[in-house]
Parts: sequence; C-alpha cells; structure tokens
Amino acid sequence: MKKGHIIGLGVIAIAIVILTTSIGDASSYESFNTAWEMKEDGEDKSIHVVGQLKKDEAGQVTGLDVREDKVSFTFLLVDNDGTEQKVFYNEPVPADFQRSEQVVVIGSYRDKEIFVADKILMKCPSKYQETDVQAAGM
Amino acid sequence: MINSFVGNLGHLMTIVAFVSALVTAYAYIQYFRANEIEKASWRRFSRISFYIHTVSTVMIAFSLFEIIYNHRYEYFYAYSHSSKALPVHYMISSFWEGQEGAFILWAFWNVILGVILINTNKFWEAPVMVVFALVQAFLISMIMGVVIGDLKIGSSPFMLLRDATQAPIFQLNPDFVPEDGTGLNPLLQNIWMVIHPPTLFLGYASTLVPFAFLMGGLVTKRYSEWIRPALPWAIFSAMILGMGIIMGAYWAYVTLNFGGYWNWDPVENAVYVPWLILVASIHTMITFKKSATALKTSIVLVIMSFILVLYATFLVRSGVLGDASVHSFTDLGLSGQLLIYMLFFLVVAVFLAARAWKYIPTSEKEASVYSREFWIFLGAITLSLMAFQVILPTSIPAWNALVESFGGISNMAPPADQVEFYTRFQLWFAVAIALLTSVGQFFWWQKIDKKALKDALVMPYIVSVLISATIIVLAKVYDWKYIIIVLAGTFTIVANAVILSKILKKSTFKLAGGSLAHIGLGMILIGIMFSSGYSDVISINMSGLTYSNSWEDEMNKEHVLLWINKPTQMKDYTVIYRGRQKKVVGVPEYVPAKILESTGNVNEAIALQDYRDHFKKGDVVKIVLEENDYFKIDYLQNETLKFSLSPMSQFNEGMGGLISSPDSKIYLNKDLYTYVAAMNDYEDPDWKADENYEVAPGEQFHIADFVTYFDGAEVLKEIDGYQLQEGDVAVKAKLRVLDYDTEKLLEPTFIIRNNQVGKLPVIDTELGLKVSLENILPEQNKFVFKVNQYQKDYVVMKAIVKPYINVLWIGTIIMLMGFTVAIFRRFDEFQKMRDKGLE
Repeated sequence: MKKGHIIGLGVIAIAIVILTTSIGDASSYESFNTAWEMKEDGEDKSIHVVGQLKKDEAGQVTGLDVREDKVSFTFLLVDNDGTEQKVFYNEPVPADFQRSEQVVVIGSYRDKEIFVADKILMKCPSKYQETDVQAAGM
Repeated sequence: MINSFVGNLGHLMTIVAFVSALVTAYAYIQYFRANEIEKASWRRFSRISFYIHTVSTVMIAFSLFEIIYNHRYEYFYAYSHSSKALPVHYMISSFWEGQEGAFILWAFWNVILGVILINTNKFWEAPVMVVFALVQAFLISMIMGVVIGDLKIGSSPFMLLRDATQAPIFQLNPDFVPEDGTGLNPLLQNIWMVIHPPTLFLGYASTLVPFAFLMGGLVTKRYSEWIRPALPWAIFSAMILGMGIIMGAYWAYVTLNFGGYWNWDPVENAVYVPWLILVASIHTMITFKKSATALKTSIVLVIMSFILVLYATFLVRSGVLGDASVHSFTDLGLSGQLLIYMLFFLVVAVFLAARAWKYIPTSEKEASVYSREFWIFLGAITLSLMAFQVILPTSIPAWNALVESFGGISNMAPPADQVEFYTRFQLWFAVAIALLTSVGQFFWWQKIDKKALKDALVMPYIVSVLISATIIVLAKVYDWKYIIIVLAGTFTIVANAVILSKILKKSTFKLAGGSLAHIGLGMILIGIMFSSGYSDVISINMSGLTYSNSWEDEMNKEHVLLWINKPTQMKDYTVIYRGRQKKVVGVPEYVPAKILESTGNVNEAIALQDYRDHFKKGDVVKIVLEENDYFKIDYLQNETLKFSLSPMSQFNEGMGGLISSPDSKIYLNKDLYTYVAAMNDYEDPDWKADENYEVAPGEQFHIADFVTYFDGAEVLKEIDGYQLQEGDVAVKAKLRVLDYDTEKLLEPTFIIRNNQVGKLPVIDTELGLKVSLENILPEQNKFVFKVNQYQKDYVVMKAIVKPYINVLWIGTIIMLMGFTVAIFRRFDEFQKMRDKGLE
C-alpha cells in the first residue's frame, strides 16, 4: 500500500470521528416536557430549551428570585409549548435579562421542580423600536 | 432641519460605485480579449472606470462618516449607532457598528488593494481586476437599498429616520430631528474596537487577492505561474487576519466579561476557520514553489479560504445563528443576497478549476517520508482537519435552517459546552502541528536522510526535554495532557530556534520568517495551556449562606458579594470595595463619584469638593462617558494595601442592563482579572419605614448597624444653594457614622422660618441611608433624627488568576513578525521576476 493511501485512510478515519462526535455531542432544542422525559430515561445530556420569561397581566416579569448573596437566582420560564418551569442559574442576573424577548437555557433537569441552566442566551428586543424614537423625541 | 444632501450624495455614490464596478468588470474583460492595437485604449478605459469606482467608494465612506461626525440624527444610521457624548475615535467605531458600515469598510479595503494591484502588476492586471470588480459589485449591492416590487436589494445606510421607522412623531412633524442618538453599544467603546474591525476586514478583503490571481491563472491557462504573485498576498492576508483575530481576542479579554479571550462562539469560529485554511494554503504554495508538488491542493485551499470568508460572513450576518450565538446580529434581509454572492463565486471557481483540472501539472513521484513535501503536506492536512472540526458544529444552525426550508424539522443545537467540545480536538491537533513544524523545518533547510535527521533532532530534543522538565516542576504542571503540551511547545520553540540561529549565521534575516512564526506558535500553545488550563477563580463565595435547596450548597459559587468598606477574604488577598468612581477629563486617576454631581448636561458635573490640584469645589468638570462607573476595589495582603483595581460597569438604558468591563492587575507571570457581575441600583431606592432617634449631643447611638456619634450642632449663617432671610434659624447637626475603617460625616439641616419648619435631609448612597433632623427639643437638650434605610452599596465580583498569559501575547507578536518577514521575502521574489519581464 502506498503512503498516500495510508494518509488518505487516516484522514477519512479522523473525519469520521469528527463527524460522529459532532453529531453525538450536538445538543438539541427541546421543550420542558421532552427534556423531562429524557431525564427520566436517564439521559443527562445538556439540552437547549427556548422560551420566554413568565409575565403578569401588566407585562412585568414575575417569579424572579435573586438569592440573598446575589450570585445566583431562579426564574420562571415558559417554553414554546406553554409549559412553565422554574429554572436555577448559578450566576448573577445577566444584563438585559428582564427585557429579553426570548431566553434560551442550556442545561438539564435536577429534579422535576428545578431545571439547572449552565448557560443562558438571550435575544433582546431591537433597540430601534418605534416607542424609543418617540421617547427620545419628548 | 433635515439635511438630505449628504444622504443623497451617499446614495448617488453608491449607485455610481455599483455601475462603475460592472463597467470595470466588462472593460477589463474586453481589455483581456482585445488585440494588441486596442489593448492600450481598453486598459486606459478600464483603469479610469476603476478609479471612478474607487473615488465613489471613498465618497460613500466619507458621506456616512460626515453624517455620524456632524450628529445628523435625521439619519437612521447616525441615530441608532452614535450619540453626542461620543469622542471622535468612538464615532469611528460607530461607523462600522452597523452591518452597512462594515460592508463599506470591506469595499473600501478592496478598492485600496485594487489600486495597489493595478500599480504592481503587468500581466495579471486584467484577469485579477475582473474578479475584483465583480466582488465589488456584490459588496456595493449590499448597501444599495433599492426596492423593486417585493425585491429588496441591499440595505442603505443613508436612509432617513422617518423612512426607516413608523414612529408616530413623524406624522405630526415630518421634519422632526431627534436631539441625540441612541449611542454606540458600550461594549464597543473600547480602543481595540476602533482598530480591530478595520484589521479584520482588511484580512477578509485581502483573501480576495490570492483567489483573484488563481482565477486569473485558471482563465489564462497559467496554471502554476499565479502562485508567485499570489503568495506574498496570501501571507499578508494570513498575517492581517491573524492580527485581527488576536485583536478581537484581546478586546474580548479586556472588555467582555466572559472571563477569557476565546469562547468558541460561532462568530469567533467564523474567522478562525478561514485563517486555518489560509495558513494551510500558504504552506502548500511554498512547497509548490520549491518542488512543483501540491499544486492541486493549493488551488483547492485558496478557493476554500476565499469561499469560507464569504460563508463566515453569511453565517454571522444572515441572522441564521439566532439562538446559537451570544453576539446579536440582526437580519437586514440580506441573507439571500449573501447566499447568491457566495454561491456565485463558488460555482465559478469550481467550474474553472474543474475545467482546468486535467491540465494542471502534478508530480507523479510519491513524496518520500524524508522529504519536506511529505511533512508540510501532513501539516496542511492537519490544519484542514482542524478547520473541518470547527466549521461542522458551527454550521448546525445553518443546517437546521436548510432542513426547515425544505419543510423538515431539525432540532439539533450546537454543543452545550463549546469550550470543552472544541478544546478536546483542537488541543491535540495543535500539538500535532507543533511537532510537525519542528520536524518539517529541519527537512526544509537541508536534504536529510534517516541518520542526519536523528543527529539534527537529538540535540533540540534533549534541550527541550530539560526545559520542559524545569517548567513542569517550577510551574507545577502535573496533568499528563498539559505535560504533553509543554513538551510539544518547547520542542517547537527549541527546534525552530536552532534553525533560526543557523539561518542567521549562514544567510540573511529575510529567510527567517518561517522559523520565527513557528517559535511564536510554540509560545502561543504554552501560553494558552497555562492561561486557560490553569486559570483559577479566586472569588469563591464563602458567605456561609444556606440556600433554599440543599444541592445549591454544593455548587461552586464563583462570585463574591462585596459590601462597601467591608473586608472580605479572597484566597491570598483581602479585598475591600471602596465605592464608585468616574473618569474626569484632565485627571489621570479616577475620581470618587460622590464628590461629583451631574449638571444635567451630557458628560458634565459640578464638583462638591476640592480634588487634589485638579479642581476646586464648585468647578464644572467634564466627565468621560458619564454612564460609566469604575468600582474601586482595594487588594490587601498582610493588612497593607497592595493595589487597587477599578473594573467598569454601567447601567445602560438602551441595552436595558448592566454592561461590565474587566480590570486586571498585570504581573509578569500572571494576570489577576476581575469584573463586576452585578451592582446595586440606587437610582430609585425603595426606602424602608421611618426610624426615629432622640439623641443628645455627645451621645453615641446606632443607626442600623452603624455606630454613630452625634458630635453636636451648629447654627448656620449661610447654606449652600439656599437663601437665608432675616429671622431665619438654620441648624446643622453633625453625625459621624462609622463603617468598618471609614468615617462619614452626615449633616442634616433644620430651618425655621416664620414658625414654619424646613428640613434638608442627607442621603448617603454608599451607606444606603437617608437622615433628616426632624425636631429639636431644647428643654430635654435632645435632637430627633428620622432615618430611612435602603441598602448599603455593594458589588458582586468575579476574580480569576490567569498564569503566563503574557507568553501567549508575546507568542502572537513573534508569529506576526514571522509572517511579516515572509511577506517581504516573497514580494521581493515576485518583483524580481516581474521586472525581468517574466510576469
């Protein structure tokens, strides 16, 4: 066998390893229900859940509970299926958090009561909203 | 009054630039095809056309900057990216904060490069400039802002605010111009953000040059000659792109608070991948020049590096990353256009390459294990695999979008722990690269057989093992993975240093580029290993609080809560938060915020006290970016103050939250990196219920937890900012409040006028107290104070020690120097050949 072939085979082997780990380690977007099912099936992989903060009638965020030492907090997240879930985040409340339109939590269930987020991504409203222009003009 | 002239000028120039780009492309094609007689006139015409394009592109940039510089907030771009408070250098950042500005910047660099190429090339001018002009047409179309029916081509930065938004105010008054803009994202208010984007975009733009030469080579059937002119540009591009990446990493390190310089975020990956491929292509091109192998590989890699830049742009700017990236990029509706741009060049390049494929010379000879070609080829393969491993998961969101556009459902998400995921592969690839460079360099400079190789490598090997052992013992590197990295890194440095010294002895510095760059690589590897692998969070919370869930106790709390003035132990240091500070124009150090009071004007305050020699009480001082608070944190060891850090933070209304920038103590061998994660909001305090105290002068009592001395009262003749009339009685009480080692004087005042009582309470935001003198009871010789509490000021902070991070920075500088040396050498070669009339 020529060296070229050996190298070629090696490259293909590594590429396959990369491909399978990329797919294997890829997380997935889930709802809280499917995430809980996964947890019950014994799968502890971190997953993504997309949702919105729970708001009251006045549009205020409710259920945000900052711990006394201010270095962690819990909040209520409503996923796209409408399931409400208490989420714990072991970091101080991030900037923009209460204003975010959409929150992606990456983490897993600890028990049925609490979903522990390792990371939070937020989508914030564009700052160029009509109301802003008006407010700036007043 | 709305100034529509500049906007119209900019828009007109955009159209001129677009049309002239197409004309240039056409003209250069004609020049290329024309016979000898007509060639000269076609060349003149093509050049004039390109220069018109150049001038109009520069004018586009000028118009946009004029709008920002002169605060023309009737324009959407200025309104949404700038504000009056911005100093000029941040207005430059405003310019490219928006995507339109970024495209203009990109187009700007392209025309600069185009002008240079026209003036440095003879033979290659026509084919290269056709590619340039076509790229320019695509880029300019991104900012055209032309709407034909439902089809929107580009997003114009010269749009008026009233056209961009449907705000009701414009129905009342179409000529309404906002007083101020919404400002620049505070994270971009950093000197590195002034220079990082232009560098990065120059890197992006310059990947076009080798690609254009390649396309020229394929069209003119000069399948191998394109390498010589393309090589110096490929190295230039890799150098600039690498510099841009490092600047971005450094910006992230000093400005963002994710605690590091690299986060494997899709936006970062999107520049890292083309860079890897570019570096691989340089190596195969150099090999080809030496020994006529690897031409096909070079062609594939050059095409890939250019297409990957476009793909990266597509990923980052089409909004496809949406839920996957922490960087928020809005979709301007350009994704379709970007896709066409990318696919056009991909199809053209693949077509041309495929057509020429069987004519491209290859070497039939199998490369020997003892040849440099073999080792360099392995290196290029490893680099490509590195790129593949990163781009694959980064593309998951694009994959989802693709599946969904065909009606399917795909819920794949990028790996949850990106850092861990990518590091697991990239680390070992990097080790392989490091070893390949050291072996490869020996083959490069001499013909070597088995025995000679052994002789050449034994010495560097022993030296590097000894050095590694020293590093491992002294720096306590006991993890086997890290030990391997130290070995690989040191071996690279030593082996390449040996080569370097040989080159310097025998010939000129001009040839030293490769070994310098590789020495830099070894240092980068070691620097990354230490600063990331051994980064140590020292702000572990030990507040002793019990949490609502027992498992919360087990979680690492990597932040500390610092109450003002209260010493808190943090590993080897005692830290004390000392209050907020501001940056004042003309004062080198930060000034305590409590002695400044805003005048209501932007960035202006009145001094409440004298401050050193810089200003007197009552002076009006200028503040640099008034929203910024710098939190003074004292670090003590053995009860003596060692140093203070002032990490920055601001409440940003526009962004709706806290923006933080770290501050680091930089030692030779480590950085102590700190940032504010949360802070107290005392703008609108929620005062607790009244507490009343009756105290006689000289007495000691407690306000909240503070020991307080009532030192007595005095009758005032005058009060600041208050007109005293005949018969008025004003009394000031003197309270001394102790808080740890600090003492505060609070002086509430009490005024009687015509049997009416007026009270001037004092508010101390640091202690969270409001104290007023409510009443004086002369018969009992007692004073009545009313106290409301809020909350003492605090910050929540994170502190990380990053050892030997300077090795990383020095390594990158050395690597960039290596690239620079190589550029000069290769450009020199090209020039010599060109002047001989060969090219």
